[in-house]
Amino acid sequence: MTLDLLVFAQAGGQEAVDKFANATSSGIALGAIYALLALGLVLIYKATQVLNFAHGALAALGAFFAAYLATVINFPGRYVTFLPTTVQWILSALVAVLITAVVGLVLERLAIRPMIGEPLFSVVMITIALDIVIRTITDDLIGTNPRPLGDPWGADVVNIGPAIVAKSELATVAVTIIALVGIALFFRSRYGVAMRATAFDQEAAMAQGISAGRIFALAWAIGAGLAAAAGIFSSLFPRSIGVSNTTAFFAFRALPAIVIGGLDSISGAVVGGFIVGLAESYAGAYFIGDTWSFLGLGFAGVMPYIVMLIVLIVRPYGLFGTEEIRRV
Amino acid sequence: MRTRPRLYVSYSSEMALLPTWTQKISALIFFALLVVIPFGVIPGFGFLADNDWMKILSRVAIFAIGALGLHILSGLAGQVSLGHAFFVGIGAYTAAILGGEVGKGTWGLGLPIWIWLPAAAIVAAAIGAVIAPVAVRVRGIYLAIVTLGLVFIGEWMFRSLPFITGGSQAGRKFPGLEFRLWQEEVPLIDFTSDGSWFGVEMTSEAKTYLLLLVFVIIGVVIAKNIQRTRIGRAFMSIRDRDIAAEVMGVADTKHKVMAFALSSALAGVTGALMGAFVGRLIPEGFSLFLSIQFVAALLIGGIGTVSGTLLGATFVIVLPRLVQDFTGLLASTAESGTGVLAAIAAFFVSTAENDPGIVSTLPGTSPGLNIAQFNLLLYGLLLIGFLIFEPLGLYGIWIRIRNYWKSWPFTY
Repeated sequence: MTLDLLVFAQAGGQEAVDKFANATSSGIALGAIYALLALGLVLIYKATQVLNFAHGALAALGAFFAAYLATVINFPGRYVTFLPTTVQWILSALVAVLITAVVGLVLERLAIRPMIGEPLFSVVMITIALDIVIRTITDDLIGTNPRPLGDPWGADVVNIGPAIVAKSELATVAVTIIALVGIALFFRSRYGVAMRATAFDQEAAMAQGISAGRIFALAWAIGAGLAAAAGIFSSLFPRSIGVSNTTAFFAFRALPAIVIGGLDSISGAVVGGFIVGLAESYAGAYFIGDTWSFLGLGFAGVMPYIVMLIVLIVRPYGLFGTEEIRRV
Repeated sequence: MRTRPRLYVSYSSEMALLPTWTQKISALIFFALLVVIPFGVIPGFGFLADNDWMKILSRVAIFAIGALGLHILSGLAGQVSLGHAFFVGIGAYTAAILGGEVGKGTWGLGLPIWIWLPAAAIVAAAIGAVIAPVAVRVRGIYLAIVTLGLVFIGEWMFRSLPFITGGSQAGRKFPGLEFRLWQEEVPLIDFTSDGSWFGVEMTSEAKTYLLLLVFVIIGVVIAKNIQRTRIGRAFMSIRDRDIAAEVMGVADTKHKVMAFALSSALAGVTGALMGAFVGRLIPEGFSLFLSIQFVAALLIGGIGTVSGTLLGATFVIVLPRLVQDFTGLLASTAESGTGVLAAIAAFFVSTAENDPGIVSTLPGTSPGLNIAQFNLLLYGLLLIGFLIFEPLGLYGIWIRIRNYWKSWPFTY
């Protein structure tokens, strides 16, 4: 950050202000996507103690569903033609999110439930194996070329102060805020309290009559749904022209976000997501040109990991994570 | 049967690499079989002497060395690592710098194999030892993510150093498998051209295979031996209960760093040999998928055992070839055969345009999965299947078979 400010101070003038504002706004939008991904990951981790490496594949799958529903079969838009196209597209996206949530449910039941109590390495590996399977199928469904999602915003932009912001980016931030509020409200509901109880002490929760299995399934469904939402937004205008076989890899950069925030902290996930998004955006905006040519291509893509390493050296359990109490 | 597995009558027999005579003899027979494979004299397995199978077995050997490295880190010391590919890359590029051709676009000093191969191990171990103190600050799943980050940072680094790695998607030439004393014109022993050895005509593939077999055996002896040493026992105590180990006076960080260094050294050797064997590697080759393959080898074979690691390494490398053959068989059955089998095969394989099927033998992606994708899919499904139904892996299957016959003809 200090480096960015330094560069900012040196460059001076309106141009520098614009550059900084644009980098910040696109960083916030990117951070919102990471926050959505991180939210799902943390939710699943808190409830089931499983880190879902298949999150990116689920995101790509969700984006594919959205693309297929909106552009190929126009479902449910074909039945509600009286609604404006924007609403039709949002309905398609919602259906895609729901389908992905069901996929999450099925995955939990088929592959994750039998692994309860297995060593960490095996559980990590099974989600990686799931990632391979889902990604292969999704890649085949998508085909060789990126599939546009047919969203109503296209490449439209609006000016907010000095920054030029894509409308889809505004939608991303809006959806992230809705998701955050939704999750916060969910945690106050009956099932949300049950989930918090299960995360805190599984046996005690079960003794109170909470079905841990149902909570696990619910966590996976919500997590997969959030992944789909993130996948959809990561396939829109400023980031890419559509869902492609690289969409799944995008989600790997949400892992630093949850580590920075602390694996078991919901608010940490959101903060981590925005830190990672901003860091990546600033790196992309400032570490280019001849001075930084030694950094090579794709430095912005590894920036999240570098930030993560720095945070971990200082705080091994992330910014908001609870330190593991080790008993003999 | 005079001896039983796990029945030890003296301390020295418990500490022996091969405790029973049955094991000694079967290990010797197995070793002899491995040596004679290139001559095609094993009944029923003569096809293994074909050049393409020789190449696959050579790749198994190279991969097994790295898998043994991960076995030391994850199987013995219990540290989850997804960063093995990074150290493989370090080893490969160390070898490339030291052994690569002089005066090309990329750095190369043209030194002989007896310098670049040990150097690959040493440099990888050194970098492992430098990174380890940071990595061991975090535990469990955090460590998995940190090592994952290492792979991504490493891949970017390799892409950004074109004067060493040849740059993204282009790659560079690696030193060959030739033994020179120094930089003389004609190598003393050349493993990459056909010719006779001690009066026996051998193909270059057979020579390479025999050379790599030697390296694997050295790797196996290292991995087996380390379990019998003080350091190996310290690793296992950290894996089983790190706090208890610390209480008993096992230095936690020190041994974790050692495990990282040792495993990285073997990974480095794998990288150097991989480069030498394939001849040209691109920086993108050292990706997360390579790491996953190593982890998969460990888990499929049976984590924590040397024989399981070797089985797993063989499985992971041979599987793509088997899938390819299987798909080919399905396609030919679907095209030429009649009856139920052909109908089932036709359901799975599409051999023509607009022919529905899960796998397509045609180039391109539609209508079904192509062979590479089918390979990946099967790979993932097998991994899931093994983890759910056989958590001890191939080694676990072997244990069950052994236990069944242990007290034969009695059931207990």
